Order: sequence, then structure tokens, then C-alpha cells
Amino acid sequence: MYVAVKGGEAAIANAHRLLADRRRGDRSVPTLRLDQIVEQLALGVDRVMSEGSLYDRELAALAIVQARGDMIEAIFLVRAYRTTLPRFGYTKAVDTGTMLVERRVSATYKDLPGGQVLGPTFDYTHRLLDPELAAGGDVAEPLQRESEAEAMPRVSAILAREGLIEPDGEMPQDHIPGDITREPLEFPMARDIRLQALSRGDEGFLLALGYSTQRGYARNHPFVGEVRIGEVDLELEVPELPFAVPLGTVRVTECQMVNQFKGSAKAPPQFTRGYGLVFGQSERKAMAMALCDRALRASELGEDVVAAAQDEEFVISHSDNVQATGFVEHLKLPHYVDFQAELDLVRRMRAEHEARENPAKVEEKREAAE
Amino acid sequence: MRGQEARDQAERKAIMATLAQSSVDDIARLWSEAGLPSEAELLRGPETGLVTVRGRIGGGGAPFNVGEATVTRATVRLPSGQVGHCYALGRDKRKARLAAIADALWQEPAHRETVETRLVAPLRAALVEARDRRRAETAATKVDFFTMVRGED
Repeated sequence: MYVAVKGGEAAIANAHRLLADRRRGDRSVPTLRLDQIVEQLALGVDRVMSEGSLYDRELAALAIVQARGDMIEAIFLVRAYRTTLPRFGYTKAVDTGTMLVERRVSATYKDLPGGQVLGPTFDYTHRLLDPELAAGGDVAEPLQRESEAEAMPRVSAILAREGLIEPDGEMPQDHIPGDITREPLEFPMARDIRLQALSRGDEGFLLALGYSTQRGYARNHPFVGEVRIGEVDLELEVPELPFAVPLGTVRVTECQMVNQFKGSAKAPPQFTRGYGLVFGQSERKAMAMALCDRALRASELGEDVVAAAQDEEFVISHSDNVQATGFVEHLKLPHYVDFQAELDLVRRMRAEHEARENPAKVEEKREAAE
Repeated sequence: MRGQEARDQAERKAIMATLAQSSVDDIARLWSEAGLPSEAELLRGPETGLVTVRGRIGGGGAPFNVGEATVTRATVRLPSGQVGHCYALGRDKRKARLAAIADALWQEPAHRETVETRLVAPLRAALVEARDRRRAETAATKVDFFTMVRGED
């Protein structure tokens, strides 16, 4: 029997009003403006854009405020907003080789065309809390250095010259890139679809899986061939114009992971690759994505699938933090009727168990009750 | 003629790129300084939607979908009948409308020069300056390796 239970409208309305109050906090503290979040919590904004799978800084900042800084809640809000908009089309593929580079480092080549450019990095900081920042002091302008516009070819092109590295991943000629926002996930999946899922995947989940490969669960000897961060141009083909219309630029982080590979029945010894590409400045995420991409290519490269990070269905089915939080958090919603049924069942099983274990005591109880 | 057409298309595209990357405040300020007309009929939008951003596997391989971005577009018709379009990242409808009018005005010989010199040129100069500054700031963080000589000879 299903019993509908109503109630709680007033409690819900009041709870949301209380939420709005607590979100605002102490009224004597100024309200945060979205541009403050965009400018000063930029990497948090980037994470919401990357995992919310929507490039729009102001919307991500709004989501962060509305979620009181709860990143997964903010990502959820952005995902929900996305569904309200029509889609104009697919852009032309971005060319990271022509990126306006803000950071580019390689762990495999010291001297590579374009050089090692550190950019605004946390690397080499001492990770000491800075009391001056708490005091809100002035910050010095960055230094500038004259530079010739030097091309920065992707590092993969350098190894490719020797023929020791596999080429960029190709798909069959007639392959149309899959889209997980249009078609349900199916396993096994093509690498392009996997990359789409990884790019919006939870940073913590992918980081832990990437870490597990380094610790020996699907070891694949990774080197950071290159990490680059910067702005790339977006263009869209539209019927009303005879050329691809320029939309502006987006900041992305790209990671080329280079992995030693001793060869298998399917491929000769060579360097293989894992690839990461994410919205915003999200170096850790791009690296984790590249590690997972490589691990998930186990079957393609003829490796034994022995670890979690190589298990496509496991990784991709659990990488989306909006799905994950939805299913975990729904447990707190009313399950009164379900639980009532379980309760009856456990009571009955317990009575049967006691009757089996200790028939005399049950008899005693019954008599006492009578 | 064919060469001229290609040059015109390249120039029109470059102008659209400049407008797409500029802020509405800068566009509106230069617009009124240049005294450009802003009368136009909206044929479509301004409306906000999504584009799916594509990357390539390994940087240069097969395309894959990375995620979506907000884009606002508008199509306008000037009183003369000239039609103009705009597509730009973000959700700024006022900007999309102005940029579409600019695209239409640029296609009219009477307005082309004003659009180029009074509107687009200053916007482009500001974008180039910002890009050069960013490039120079990045260049200051470039690592200069030097070799330590150890031992004698």
C-alpha cells in the first residue's frame, strides 16, 4: 500500500528563508559582489565552470555565492541552469598550439621552443599563511619583460620527430564526436566520449584515481610532457555567414602526459600519451584527467585491466559529482514507508531468529504476556 | 574581385572578433563619440544560448566535446535594409545588439570608415595593448637556465 503524506510546506518555506539569512551572514559585513569573486576567487570560479561544464564566469560566481561556497552545490546550480538554454551549435575545435600562453612548463625537456614559463603558479611557494594578505595591503604590479612573439609548439611535436611517441589520438574518418549531453552513456565507449566525461568529472575523484596509478594500481610511468594554460579563440560555423564567426576567447588548461610503454601484442615499445583539457586554470584537474585518460586506454593498448583506474565503467559512471551527490544525498529525504516495511521485516526475522536460537525463552515470554 | 571579396570577409571577421572581445561599456562610449546611428530593427534576439566547445584528442587529433559556453547573438536590419549579425561569448544582450548594428553599418559604404576608425580601431588598440602587457608579464616568469661549472677545468 502506498500512503501519500503531505506536510512541511511552512517548514520548507521558513527553512529557505533561514538559508537566505545565513547565506547573507552578519549584516554589518559588506555583501560580496560577483566581480570580487570572479577576480579574487578565480580558481574556485574555474572549478565551477569546469565541472559545471559551462564557461561563464559571472554565472559560476553567482552559483558560488548562492551555494555559500559549497562547490558541488554551485556546480549543481550551473548544470541546472545550462538545461534552460538552447544550443546554437558546436564550435570549431580549439587550437591549443596558438594559445596566448600564460603558463607553460615541461618536465621532459629543459630547453624547448618557447621555453619554460612559470606564470602565476603556487609552485615553489612555501605554503606559509600570509598575514599581510589578511591585512589587505597593496600588491605590487607584476614585472614585465620584452619578448618576441615566439611560437610554442606542443611538446608532443618534438617527440614525434623521432617517431618514438604515438600520434595525437585519431578516430575513424566518419566518426562524429559523441556527446554525453545528448546520448546516454554506453560501455565500452570511444575515447572522445570518455574525454568529455573526464573533462567535467570531479577533480577530487580523478585526482585520487590518478594518484592510485602512481602508487602502483595500473602503473604507467607518467611524465608531464607539458602543461599549458592560456586563452584560445573560439569560432562557430553558422549558416548566415560565409565564414566561421569568432566568439571571443576562453581560458583552458591542457596537459600532455607522456607515458613509457614497453610494448604489447598490439603496439611496439614507444611513449604513449594521456590527454587532459579543461576550462579555466585547473592544472591539477588537467593532470589527473590525463592520468585517467591513459589508464583507461588499457584495453586499446593491450594491457591487463587490473586496477580501478583502468575500469572504464567504474571510472566514468562515478566521475560526475552532480550524479554522485544526487544519489548519495537523496538518502536523507523521507523514506518513511520504505523504512516501515524494512522495520516490519527485521522484526519478523528477529522473532524467527530468536525462536530458532532459544525456543524455551520465547515460550516463557509468551506465557508471561498471557 | 574575388581577392577583394576575400579581403572584405577577412576584415569583417576581424571586426566581429574585436567587438566580441570588447566590453559593452567601451563599445557604447566610442559609439556615442563617433555619432554612429543606433536605429535598427531586431530580426532575431538578442538571445542567449550555448555552444559546445570542442578540443582535439592529444591537441591535434580527433575532435571531442569539452563543455558548453554561453553565447549571445543578435541579427538586426538597418532602416536602409542592411542586415548585420553578432555572436559573442557571454550574456550581454546590449552588446550583441550594438555589435550586430556595427556589422550592418560596416557593410554600408557610407559608414564603413567611421566604424573602422572611430569604433573598431580604438577597441582593437586596447585589446592589443592588454594582450602585449599580459605577454610581457608572462615573459618575466620565463626560466633562464645557466650551467654551474663544478671542479677545476
